[in-house]
Amino acid sequence: MKAHVRYRFGRALILALAALLAPVPAWAQEQAPGDIPETGQDPLEGFNRAMFAVHEGIDLALLKPAAQGYEAVVPLPARVGISNFYDNLWEISRSGNAFLQGKGQKGLTSLGRLLVNSTVGIFGLFDVAGKMGLEEGDEDFDQTLAVWGVPGGPYIFLPLIGPSTMRGLAGWSLDQAAYPLWAQVNDHPALRNGLVVLNVVKMRAALLPADQVIEDAAFDKYTYIRSAYLQRRAAQIRD
Amino acid sequence: MKRWLLLSLMLFCAAAGAQDAAPDALVRTVTDDVLAAMRADKDIQKGSSGKTVALVENKVLPYFNFDRMTALAVGRDWNKATPQQKKQLANLFQNLLVRTYSNALSSYRDQTVRYKPFSMKPGDTDALVRTEVVKPGGRPIQLDYSLEKSGPGSAWKVYDVVVSGVSLVTNYRDTFAQEVRKGGIDGLIQSLADKNKTLEKGQK
Repeated sequence: MKAHVRYRFGRALILALAALLAPVPAWAQEQAPGDIPETGQDPLEGFNRAMFAVHEGIDLALLKPAAQGYEAVVPLPARVGISNFYDNLWEISRSGNAFLQGKGQKGLTSLGRLLVNSTVGIFGLFDVAGKMGLEEGDEDFDQTLAVWGVPGGPYIFLPLIGPSTMRGLAGWSLDQAAYPLWAQVNDHPALRNGLVVLNVVKMRAALLPADQVIEDAAFDKYTYIRSAYLQRRAAQIRD
Repeated sequence: MKRWLLLSLMLFCAAAGAQDAAPDALVRTVTDDVLAAMRADKDIQKGSSGKTVALVENKVLPYFNFDRMTALAVGRDWNKATPQQKKQLANLFQNLLVRTYSNALSSYRDQTVRYKPFSMKPGDTDALVRTEVVKPGGRPIQLDYSLEKSGPGSAWKVYDVVVSGVSLVTNYRDTFAQEVRKGGIDGLIQSLADKNKTLEKGQK
């Protein structure tokens, strides 16, 4: 039964990816491989702005208050532990993606972090490896696809997922599929939902300090976030 | 006599050092100076934006080249602006950045800064100083400064700040181009002025 569910999920994912990637549309052909759309190039702007408005509504009503509550109720050391626990499990796909991009050193660093933090760091709650000088990486499937020459495609903003590109969404799906925690708790819906919600809330909480800065700095929040996202991804792909 | 010579030599070195500080030393001095001033001032810790703005104006502003920053942020449209408009744009952009930066400083209060190895060839006029801001419990944020020396005798000045790969100047380029498309250079000047007014109101 379990295997069946996973198989179906895997197949749905592959179909979704195929749908995203198979027909190479005009925008993709115009771009150099591995390129992210130049900032300002946003063919889906109308749709994106509508989705951005939806996201802002959800954020204001739900995400931001939840993140603020989390910061107020959970003490800092516990928040750090929770964040480290989730992060530690990302090391597996970070390491894999580093190897897929030919970055051996980074791949080994991620593996080392996983080994040290899962054992000495007690299931990843403490970032012992970081204190030993093994720095956390940020490799993911979107970057791997970019390095392999898949073009970014148009910029796209979706509620809850946030800023992305067509390739970014494909990469994101692969990242989630490769994240071991989700597969482990697939058969325990209550636990799974709890872990997913906690993950979203702690991610939003990490962005709280940036809120005021963006509010102050941006003329047009939508454009500001788009530029920042595209620049950041380009920098991560280049490294 | 010997002592006098030594003293004048020391004074000479100190003066030369301040005037011609290497880019990495400059960033380090200014950062440490600002952090120390913030830690010493109770009003700033309580969130006095007036005092934070004054601190930024005194300690940070002199080391930034706002004309260059504005030109880079306005991009292609810069050549369409008259000298008068250019001056207005640079002033308004400077105000916006000072206010935004001051607010950001107060929300990232308990940070420490790590300096990454720096290298430069003699005669270089462009340099990148890489630092890392560490917040307790967060992952380090990359914070890089681009500096430029406009002539042989002049001092190094910052013309861009890059946070986690996101250039402050480039990030404004899209917005500014959008404003210029809507209302020309004057439209951009107007919206910069409006933005500053809103920020000022919020900080009082």
